[in-house]
Amino acid sequence: MKRFAIAMLLVLSIPLAEAQERVRLTGSGASFPFPLYSAWFKSFSSQNKNVSVDYQAKGSGAGIQDFINHTVDFAASDAAMTDEEIAKVPGGVQLVPLTAGEIALAYNVAGVKGLKLPRDVYSGIFLGKVTKWSDPKLKAANPGVNLPDQDITVVRRADSSGTTFVFTTHLAAISEEWKKGPGVGTTVKWPTSDKFVASPKNDGVAATLRQTPGSIGYVEYAFGKFSKMEMALLQNKSGQFVAPGGKGGEEALSSVKLPADLRAWLPDPEGAHAYPIATYTWLLLYKKNADPKKAAALRELVDYCLTDGQKMSAQMGYIPLPESVSAAVRKAVASAQ
Amino acid sequence: MSVLEHARHPGAVAGAPSTWDFVADRVFRGLAKAAAALILLLLGFILWQIGRKAGPGIRDYGFGFLTSTSWDVGRGHFGILPAIWGTLYSSFLALVIGGFFGIVMAIFLTQDFLPTRLAVVFRTTVELLAAIPSVVYGLWGIFVVVPAIRPMANWLYEHLGWVPIFGTTLSGPGLLPASLVLAIMILPTVAAVSQDALRQVPYRVKEAAYGMGATRWEAILKVMLPTAATGIFGALVLGFGRALGETMALAMLIGNSNQLSLSLFSPANTLAALLALNFPEAGPREVQVLMYAALVLLSITLLVNIAGGAIMTLAARNVRR
Repeated sequence: MKRFAIAMLLVLSIPLAEAQERVRLTGSGASFPFPLYSAWFKSFSSQNKNVSVDYQAKGSGAGIQDFINHTVDFAASDAAMTDEEIAKVPGGVQLVPLTAGEIALAYNVAGVKGLKLPRDVYSGIFLGKVTKWSDPKLKAANPGVNLPDQDITVVRRADSSGTTFVFTTHLAAISEEWKKGPGVGTTVKWPTSDKFVASPKNDGVAATLRQTPGSIGYVEYAFGKFSKMEMALLQNKSGQFVAPGGKGGEEALSSVKLPADLRAWLPDPEGAHAYPIATYTWLLLYKKNADPKKAAALRELVDYCLTDGQKMSAQMGYIPLPESVSAAVRKAVASAQ
Repeated sequence: MSVLEHARHPGAVAGAPSTWDFVADRVFRGLAKAAAALILLLLGFILWQIGRKAGPGIRDYGFGFLTSTSWDVGRGHFGILPAIWGTLYSSFLALVIGGFFGIVMAIFLTQDFLPTRLAVVFRTTVELLAAIPSVVYGLWGIFVVVPAIRPMANWLYEHLGWVPIFGTTLSGPGLLPASLVLAIMILPTVAAVSQDALRQVPYRVKEAAYGMGATRWEAILKVMLPTAATGIFGALVLGFGRALGETMALAMLIGNSNQLSLSLFSPANTLAALLALNFPEAGPREVQVLMYAALVLLSITLLVNIAGGAIMTLAARNVRR
C-alpha cells in the first residue's frame, strides 16, 4: 500500500516538474492591437513549447495600472506611459512599439462608395456642425456622387477606449475648435444632440452603423476591414485623399522620427500620401525583471514579433513597422533584463 | 417522533420531542439566523466598501454631482443628472409596458382561460424569457427592434413632432427601443410573481363571486385583482428594481448620450450603463466618481424597494378593513 502511494506521488509529480520548467508570461492592456497580439502570442507559443503567453485585453489604462502594481509580466498600451506613470516603476520601464494601426471612418449611406472627406468636414461632423449628407462642402469634395438629403447620425464609442484617444488627438491637432471644445481623452464630452449615439466597443459601433442609415463612426481599421464596412478617404495634411489600409499607414509612420525613449506620436502625420489618423501601440516591459528566465522569454517574444510577426501585420489590418523602427526596437529591448 | 412522521403514520401516538429533535431544531434555527445576519452583513459590507471608495468623490463634488449634466473626464466635470433621469424614465416606461402585459398574462394563465396543460406550457415559455442573456437581448434590440420601430417613430415625429415625447427623430439607439427591450426583460418577473399572487386567492372567493351572479370579468376585475393587489404590486416593484439595475442590454441600446430629453426617440443614458462602460479604463479620479454614481444607483433601488414595501403594507391594511 505504501509503495503504491509513493508510486502515485511520483506519477503525479512528473507533470508538476515539467510545468515548473515552462515559462508562463502574463500580460494585460490595450484592446486595440488584441487581434494581432493574440495571433502572435499563439503562434509564438506553438513554436516555443516551453513558453506560454496569456494576454488579457482589459484596456490600456487597466494594463498600465497592472504594470505599476507588478501583477503582470508585461503590459500593452495605446497611450504609451506618461513620465509620471514611468516614475512609479522603480526599476525602470522599456517602452517597445510593436505595431501601429489606423482609425477609419466607417459610414452607412446607401449607394455611396469611396466617400471623400475633407478635414474641415470630418471635424465638423464630429463637432455637430455638419449635419446633412447633402452639405455643400461634402458635395464639392465628391463630384458625381449622389449624396442624399439625409441627417448625419454620428456613432461614437460609449466605453472609454484608446481608439477614442487616438481619434480625438488627431481631431484636436487639425481643429482649434475641437481642441477648445471636447478636447483629447479616452472619453470626451461629445456634442449634445439626438444625432449623436454611442455604442460599447468596436462591435457595438459596427452593429449600430450597419443598422442606422445615414450614420458615420470611427473604428479601428482592422475591425472595419473584417466587418466589411464602407470606409471614407480622408484628406491628409498635404491635401491628398487617402484610403485606410494601403501604403498610407507606413508613410505616416516613416514621417515621424522615433526619439530615444521610443515614444512618438503622430497626431497629424506629414507626407504626401500618409493616412492622417494612425498610431503606434506599445508593449511595456520592466527593465529589471525578478526572474531572468522570464526576461529572456520576453526578449525572445519581442524578437519574434519584430521578425515573423511583422509579416502578419498587414493582412490583419495593422501597419508593419518601418525597418528603422524595428532596428531601434531590437536594440532597445536588450535593456529589459 | 416528529410531526411529519406523525402525519405519515396517523395511528401512532406522538411522544414528547426527543433530545435529538431539540438539538436539530436549535441548530437549524441558528443556521437560519446566521444566514439572515450574513445577508445584512454582506449588504453593509458592500455599502461600506462603495462608500469608502466614493468618499473623495462625494467630498469634492457633493450635491452638485446629482444636478450637473456634464461628464467630461478631461476637465474633471462630473454630473449624473442625465443618467438618473434616463434610468428612471426608461425603467418607468418599461414598467408601464411590461407591467401591463405581465399582469394581463398572469390573469390569462390563472383564471381558467386555458386548459391546465396548455397554461403550464405558456407559463414555462414566459419564464424562459428570464433565461436569455442580456447581451442577446441587446443584439436583438439593435438588429430587430430598432429597424422595426424606426418607420413608426419617424412618422410620429413628422406628424406629431410638437408633442414633447415625439420631439426628435429616432437615429438608432434611443430611449424607446431600450424601454421596449427592458419591458420584455422584466415581463417574466412581473408575470411569475403576479401569477403566484392570483393563485393564492382562495378558489372559494371566486366561487362566492360567481354565486352572487358576477360575470367572469366582474369576478376577475372586482374580486380577484383587488384581493391579489398587494402581491401584484410587489411584482411591479420587483420588476421596477430589475429594470433599474439592468446593464448590458441598455448599454447597447440606450445611446449613452448625456442629455435630458422628454423625447422617447432621443438617445439617453442610464446609471448602470455609465458604470459598466466607464469602469474598465477609469483613472483614479474617475473611479471615485463612478463609485459615487454606484452609491446613488444603490440608494435609488433601496428607496424604490422601501417605498414599494410601504405601499404594500398600506394596501394590505386597506384590504383587511
